[in-house]
This record gives sequence, structure tokens and C-alpha cells, in this order.
Amino acid sequence: MFLLKLAFKNITHSGLRAWLNIIALSFAFVAIVLTEGLYDGLSEQVRDAEIDSNVGGGQFWQKNFDPYDPFSYEKSHAVIPADLKKDIDNGNATPLLIVSGAIFPEHHIQSVRLNGIDPDQNVINLPASILKESGNINSIPGFIGSRMSKSTGLKAGDYVSARWRNNKGTFDAGDIRINKVIDIVAPLNDRNQIWIPIEKLRDMMQTPDEATLIILKKNARKIYTNSTDWVFKGQDFLLKDLNENIERKRIYSTFFYIVLTGIALLAVFDAQVLSIFKRKKEIGILIALGMTNWNVNFLFIIEGCMIGLFSLFAGVLYGLPLLYYLAKEGIVLPLMVQQSQFAIGLTLYPKYGFNLFIMTGVILFISVIIVSFLPTRRITKLSPTDALRGK
Amino acid sequence: MNNPNIIKINNLIKDYPMGKKFFRALSEINLSVNTGEFCGIVGPSGSGKTTLLNIVGALDNPTGGDAVVMERNVKRLDHKEAAQLRNESIGFIFQTYNLLPVYTVFENVEFPLLLLKKDKQERKELVMRALEWVGISDKADSRPSQLSGGESQRVAVARAMVKSPKIVIADEPTANLDAANSHNILQTMQRLNDELKTTFLFATHDEKVIGYLHRKVVLNDGKIVDDAIIN
Repeated sequence: MFLLKLAFKNITHSGLRAWLNIIALSFAFVAIVLTEGLYDGLSEQVRDAEIDSNVGGGQFWQKNFDPYDPFSYEKSHAVIPADLKKDIDNGNATPLLIVSGAIFPEHHIQSVRLNGIDPDQNVINLPASILKESGNINSIPGFIGSRMSKSTGLKAGDYVSARWRNNKGTFDAGDIRINKVIDIVAPLNDRNQIWIPIEKLRDMMQTPDEATLIILKKNARKIYTNSTDWVFKGQDFLLKDLNENIERKRIYSTFFYIVLTGIALLAVFDAQVLSIFKRKKEIGILIALGMTNWNVNFLFIIEGCMIGLFSLFAGVLYGLPLLYYLAKEGIVLPLMVQQSQFAIGLTLYPKYGFNLFIMTGVILFISVIIVSFLPTRRITKLSPTDALRGK
Repeated sequence: MNNPNIIKINNLIKDYPMGKKFFRALSEINLSVNTGEFCGIVGPSGSGKTTLLNIVGALDNPTGGDAVVMERNVKRLDHKEAAQLRNESIGFIFQTYNLLPVYTVFENVEFPLLLLKKDKQERKELVMRALEWVGISDKADSRPSQLSGGESQRVAVARAMVKSPKIVIADEPTANLDAANSHNILQTMQRLNDELKTTFLFATHDEKVIGYLHRKVVLNDGKIVDDAIIN
């Protein structure tokens, strides 16, 4: 208790040195929580966006469908089985017909994926109703994402010639009118893709009632089919690549975590070394007055611990309102990030779990104790007479 | 106490390493100090006074010989036992006062009592009594930076005396004080010696201090060259 009081007094009376330490450590604490919170928020937002706008509650794939093989699209469509049709009709699922094609924007050819979607669907977060608008009676209404717009130079109101190969193997062509360029959250639904009405695409392909995949509503009841042509892919499977990608990127947040913690600990270590150097005479006095070297050593460790505790307290004091504000209002992302390979909205909302606070606090606190202890070991070896002389 | 020798030093040697060689700071010192003596180790700078005092104060270990303080051989004390000896029985007064700057005068004087785990009320009484002894009770709430040299040394004396130690070791206590303050401090110490029978051991080459001593041990080049009782 006596050492606690002594340590408290030493810190509160030591002026700017200790307070700078406390500020630096508390800043590290807040920055670590914010960085981790941003990453957790980003990961969750990306997953949610991917589910809302692409994955849904799972998908039935036509058995030949391979999203990574555009050549498979030609054979990966089939008539929707009656048991799944029922769920599509009552709004629990929506079909998607996927066809490989090419467009000719600005006098060059570009391979695209033509996605046929029901303009009345409410299953995934995609404003398909845009497709209800039609311009030229002979044109195909379509919309594209902003990434696609950027890469092709296509804008709302533009017409672009498209070519595809129908179910009979015959090449056909037509003009697609870009009704709108929209911000598609999931990049997988954007790059090299044009969205058109499914009925129109079925006509173009001469594949009535057919689809490539059927997306289930996010929270819909479990849907089954007896058809062997269709294979169910759950959320776990559909998000596997994304989850792996997120985990790979976690190395950056871990790197920041280590760097920020390292800087903070370096500051504490440096301050402790300086403090011991500067307070050598004081150490000598304390020993002369009857404290053992170990007592003095322990006193410095307690001071280090208190600095750690004060930092966490200060971090909570100014960090909590700041972190709460950022979690509530979000951080508007720069365009570069919005157009990244992740499905991120315009605003990123950090997410901080209770565990994040506790774990960061505990790790920082323990690290501060260790870092405080390391330089104080020399006190135990210090000769009292040398210390009194300030040597 | 049965044994009147509160400090007994036999054939004490202290060597300091200097590169590959050793510098002998104290050579074959034999000295006995009785309880209640007001004794000074006198000699020029570098004669070994402070070294001798540090060994008696259990702050340093001898290279050879024995220094028995309060019937405890300093050489055989571990860190903890040496700290206990200093804490319970020895008060230190330094040339540069060595007050703890972050504490008030009261807290500086209270510090040894905290180490002795005295209760709050007793601490308060003892500290105020010590401050009154040295005539500085009105500065109890001041910080060392607000005190003059003379006042600082009084606080140091109060801190050394507050636990009523058997021995007070004073290393050049007046070196940084003017004549008036020096006499004042020395008179205070002499009074405490008379009233409390505390043994005082000085290291000094200050003539003013020498004038107050009851016994003068002259040290030169690490050897005792004279030991005289002063009437």
C-alpha cells in the first residue's frame, strides 16, 4: 500500500514526462481499438453486403455452373424445377440466367457476362426495377455498375452493341441501352457485367423458363428440390473465398497492431530507462533511508503499471466518445477504397466488441509491466553509494 | 546496551578497482565508537572519510576486515538485512541534503516512518516533533524547492532523527551552508545528541564542525593518523 501511494505520488508529481507517456500509451490504445474495429467493421460489412447483394440465403446452381469458367455458362442452364418455381413465385427466391457475350464499346470488343434478372425481384439488394424502363423499342434495357462504367466508358442513356450465342449455337446481336449506372456494392456483380431482364435474355437465348442459378432470400426458410440438375450451395461455401481473402488481409491489421503496440512500448521503455538514469540519486536516497533494492525496483514497476492503468483510463475517457461517434456516424471511404475488390459501402462503420477492448487493454497492460520491469532490473544491481553519487 | 561500542571496526580495508589494479581507499582501519559519542572523521578530500561512513552505514561493503555496527557485521549482511539496519538504527545526513523533491517537508520527514510501518497518528506526532526540534514546523507543507539551504539541511536532520536512530551518519553536513546556518545545524545536532544520546558520526573537513566535536579521528590517505578526545 505504501509503495502504491509512493508510486502514485511520484507519477502525479513527475511533471510532463509521465503524462507524455500516459498520452502516448492511451493514444496507442485508442488507435489499436480503432484499427481493429475498422477491420472488424469492414469484414462484417463486406460479408453482409455480399450476402445482401449476391449470396442471399444460399443458391441453387445448375450442376454444370462454374462461376470461374465462362465457357461453362453455355451448358449451365436448365428449366427451373417445379418445387423451386413455387418459391420463386412467392418471392423467396429469384432466378438468374448467366450468359457469356461480348460488347463493342468505343470501337473495341470486350467480353462480358450478361446477367438476366427479374426486374420485380426483392431477393437481393440490386435495383432491378431499373430494367422496367425501356428506351428504343428494339433495344434491350440494361444497367451496369460504376466500375463497369469506368472500364468501358459507358454512361446512362448510352447504347452498346452486344453479341451472344444462343442455345442453338447461333451468334446473335442486339443493342443494349444503359438505363442507369448504379453503385453496386459487390464488385462481383459489377466488373464486366451487364444486367438485363431475365425474360429478355431467355428470348435472346431461346431458353424459356431456364436459369443458371437461383438465389434464395437471405432469411428464407430452407428450400429443397428433388431435381438432380440443381445443386445447393450454402452461405459458407459461397463466402469461402471472401472469408479467406479477409483473413489474408488481416495480416495488415495485425501489422498495425504490432507497430502501434511496439511504438507505445518503446516509449514506455525509453521513459523508464531515462527515469532510472535521471532518478539514480533518488534511488540512492531511498536505499539509504532503508528501502531494499528490490523495494525500489518494485516501486518503479508499480509506477510503470500505474502509467499503463492511467493510459487505459485516459484512453477510455476520450477514446470511448470518439469511437462511439465513429461507430455511429461511420467513416466515409475514399473512392479508391470504394472501388476495391471488396463489397464495401460508401461509409465504413467500425465495430468494436467488448473482447476487443478487454484484450487490447490486457495485452497493452501486460506489455507495459514487462517493459517497465526490464530496465528496472539494473536497480537490483545498483550500488547504493554509486546511486547516491548519481553514477 | 551492554556493549558500549556501538561501532567497532577492525582492520578494515576498502579497495576500488581501477582498470587492472586496485586503489586502496581505506587501509587497516581500527576504530571503536561508543554509544552517544559526537565523533568526527576529519581529513582532506580523498582521505577515505565518506568511504568509511558508507561502510558504517551499511551502504557499502569492506574488502577486508570487519565493521560491526550495532553488533551486526556489515560484511555479512545481505541487501535486506542491510536495509533493515539502516531503516531501524541509522539516520543519514548528506552534504547535498538529498531530500525527495516531489514530497513536502512533512512527507520527506515522514518517509522513514512509513518504512517502519508506524501508524498514521504516530507518524504525524513524530514528524511534527522532529520538525519542532529543528525549528521548521511552519514549513511542513513546503516543497524542498521552496526552502533555503539551511532549511533544507534542517529537514534532512529532522528526517534522520525522526525515527530516533541509534546512530546518525552525517557526511559533510555543513559544506553547503553559510556560517550562521552551519552553527545553527550543529547546535541542533549537539542538542539532539545530549537529549537523545544518539551517536553522531561526522565526515568533515570544516573547521566549524570540528569545533563542536567531542572526538576527532583524523584520516589521511585511508589511514587513521590521529584519534583524540576533545574537551
